[in-house]
Amino acid sequence: MSLIHHNHLSTSISSSSSTFLARNNFNIRTQNVSLPAKNNGICKCVAAPLSEKAAYKTKVSRNENMAKLQAGYLFPEVARRKAAHMLKYPDAQVISLGIGDTTEPIPEVITSAMAKRSYALSTIEGYSGYGAEQGEKQLRAAIASTFYSNLGIEEADIFVSDGAKCDISRLQVLFGSSVTMAVQDPSYPAYVDSSVIMGQTGQFQKDVEKYGKIEYMKCNPENGFFPDLSTVPRTDVIFFCSPNNPTGSAASREQLTRLVQFAKENGSIIVYDSAYAIYMSDDNPRSIFEIPGAKEVAIETSSFSKYAGFTGVRLGWTVVPKELLFSDGFPVAKDFNRIVCTCFNGASNIAQAGGLACLSPEGFKAMHEVVAFYRENTSIIMETFNSLGFNVYGGTNAPYVWIHFPGQSSWDVFSEILEKTHVVTTPGSGFGPGGEGFIRVSAFGHRANVLEACRRFKELYK
Amino acid sequence: MSKFSTCSFMSYTTLLQPRASLKVQKEGIVTARCTKVARNLNMEKLRNNYLFPEISTREIEHMKKYPNAKIISLGIGDTTDPLPEIISSSMADYARALSTPEGYKGYGAEQGNKELRKAIAETFYGDLAIKDTEVFVSDGSQCDISRLQLLLGNNVSIAVQDPSFPAYIDSSVIIGQAGDFQDETGEYRNIEYMRCGPQNHFFPDLSTTSRTDIIFFCSPNNPTGHAASRKQLIQLVDFARENGSIIVYDSAYAAYITDESPRSIYEIPGAREVAIEVSSFSKIAGFTGVRLGWTVVPDELLFSNGFPIMNDFNRIVCTCFNGASNIAQAGGLACLSPGGIRALLSVVDRYKENARILVDTFASLGLKAYGGVNAPYVWVHFPGSRSWDVFSEILEKTHIITVPGSGFGPGGEEYIRVTAFGHRECILEASERLKSLFS
Repeated sequence: MSLIHHNHLSTSISSSSSTFLARNNFNIRTQNVSLPAKNNGICKCVAAPLSEKAAYKTKVSRNENMAKLQAGYLFPEVARRKAAHMLKYPDAQVISLGIGDTTEPIPEVITSAMAKRSYALSTIEGYSGYGAEQGEKQLRAAIASTFYSNLGIEEADIFVSDGAKCDISRLQVLFGSSVTMAVQDPSYPAYVDSSVIMGQTGQFQKDVEKYGKIEYMKCNPENGFFPDLSTVPRTDVIFFCSPNNPTGSAASREQLTRLVQFAKENGSIIVYDSAYAIYMSDDNPRSIFEIPGAKEVAIETSSFSKYAGFTGVRLGWTVVPKELLFSDGFPVAKDFNRIVCTCFNGASNIAQAGGLACLSPEGFKAMHEVVAFYRENTSIIMETFNSLGFNVYGGTNAPYVWIHFPGQSSWDVFSEILEKTHVVTTPGSGFGPGGEGFIRVSAFGHRANVLEACRRFKELYK
Repeated sequence: MSKFSTCSFMSYTTLLQPRASLKVQKEGIVTARCTKVARNLNMEKLRNNYLFPEISTREIEHMKKYPNAKIISLGIGDTTDPLPEIISSSMADYARALSTPEGYKGYGAEQGNKELRKAIAETFYGDLAIKDTEVFVSDGSQCDISRLQLLLGNNVSIAVQDPSFPAYIDSSVIIGQAGDFQDETGEYRNIEYMRCGPQNHFFPDLSTTSRTDIIFFCSPNNPTGHAASRKQLIQLVDFARENGSIIVYDSAYAAYITDESPRSIYEIPGAREVAIEVSSFSKIAGFTGVRLGWTVVPDELLFSNGFPIMNDFNRIVCTCFNGASNIAQAGGLACLSPGGIRALLSVVDRYKENARILVDTFASLGLKAYGGVNAPYVWVHFPGSRSWDVFSEILEKTHIITVPGSGFGPGGEEYIRVTAFGHRECILEASERLKSLFS
């Protein structure tokens, strides 16, 4: 009896844990798929070579919503450009300040908890199979007490996940294709892209670089990176990220109070992304639920990715207050629970053990130390661009620095920086038309790399 | 340790009743407590809770009623045996390495770790020409099924076996493909139900099956335990080809096959052009909590306009997902090492022996039990009964949790699914109790 087709064990597989751990190119998130050059509906197959007769096609129509997407998701595109650059300059020391990927090791108090849980899975007492889809009770309780104590958010309102990006799509599946949405402009691309995939949007309008039916709320230096709500039409859902990716701006209590009021008046639901709250240095709210009335209008999503370096470990959470109701009075949390039970099967139990350790006193302290390190990186980057005379935004409350290059195409600036300094950044237009003319520099990186990158920036722009 | 649905709303009877919308009058201003966002109509179409949390709820209620009873769970197909150390230690090592500069890893490729993709391709598809680039690592089949539905969109039609794993139908309803539920038939209007029962050897009569865009097919089957023969799968692939349909083939239980039944759809010629295959480490490796699986999308699989499905799936995976946990993937790689495979096979063998014991038990009681030979599920027929009633009676009288067949579709009525996952003592104890009840 064999797992494998044909009764032999494949001996070509090495006992690979050592290779797995070896330094290699894993961090390059290159797509292993060759994409067609144009993402329109009519496309030649670019996969296996065609035989003499035409390739067999099924009679299943491509999802029109997928066809609306303009290009690959932003970050794989940045990764692709980086990989191409590395091929072009094999000896160059490329420094990545593009994708917001954490670089520093996870504190031992946290990884040893995950190691312990792994070993426990080999014991009768310690083995666990399926966990609750909403997350392990202890972890939900710890999240509630660590981040939401005194805010009236309880364990039962917390849904543990494998990360904010996944939660955003599950929320979209929950909302369905008939809702309208508003996003900040610029914003984290997953909000818009998931909306397109769900069928909430119209076609992409090339002249304005926007999808039809999405309300883009411009956030720029002129309005202090907070939208002028008096000019924003009502939408069902409002995505709001603070501290903001990519601008780094953190909304004040006064601004969030206005946002909650706006949502209340319009009967809208705010999806509040607080994935960077731990980077806040000012006295701004860390959770939307600090604002009175928010429980009736807001969902909050967050993540251990940038808190604990869990970008690869995969752990996050979403808060859906029991007070949040659809127009017919049906609790949103009930439907979210149904989605989580049907479309998901819980975050990895080992990752959850890590999460619990993150929220222990020792783990929490250790997490903050790593965050402080990245914040120091951010200061260095900000200081560099300030000294070069640029208009620099963000950085104080987020691990992103948002730099203005007036009148220039952000992909051009991206390419120039890459070509001349071998530093990868992220072009602002990847975050929406409001990002054009800006470059996002992320502050995740080894200190030496950040210092070297800044040295190269100073060379280029002196 | 069984898992419990901890959501406080899951009381079965009150679930479908919306909370009343209250208006609070404040200084003459009416403050509505509801938002103005309409509930997703597709969510309204779902009839009940998802099946397995419902089973958990019943278990909890039963425990409250009989606090001293020794409940045996043969309901939810949850693995019970500890992981082999070769696997858990590799995950522990990987976790610890994340604390070192050389060992730290951030975001992984959304499609999965390259070595793991290769190992999956070689281990499971070695002779079948599936490339590592066609393998997408995930956090499990249930998640992959929904991502596939998101990919396909709400304008496609689906067929499912009846009975079938509830995630196919429920995800279809949620995405908007299924139409309204029809109380008279217990079926969603737009779904094609392909009855699978003893009368047709648990393989649908394709000559009476309407064309649909997508055909969900699980083999070895959850819940019936039937593994389709090569002949049957050739028919299925031919059917899909004639109709230009796509098969979503769920092979999560292939490791439980004991005879010559195909373990992968790609053993059938022509399948690369018509089939996606979904599988999981859950039941192979006891990874139900660790979370790891994969989906194969071959290069040749094209939409009607020639666009490769793989490209869109890749886009979904990059946009709606962020990769399986790197620690779980390290575990997956250890699973597929020679030592790992050997260790896993012995765990699978234990479950298979459990299945044999259960099959023998039911046979000795004169009950018609199907499956249990190529899958860790035994499908027991109670002619003329309602499956929830049988479920309740078994639970009440023997404190054994099973799953009522109607939870898997109208074709499951009159059947009970009994899983073979469990410690040997529990399986033997359960057999004794069942013998007492039914003899």
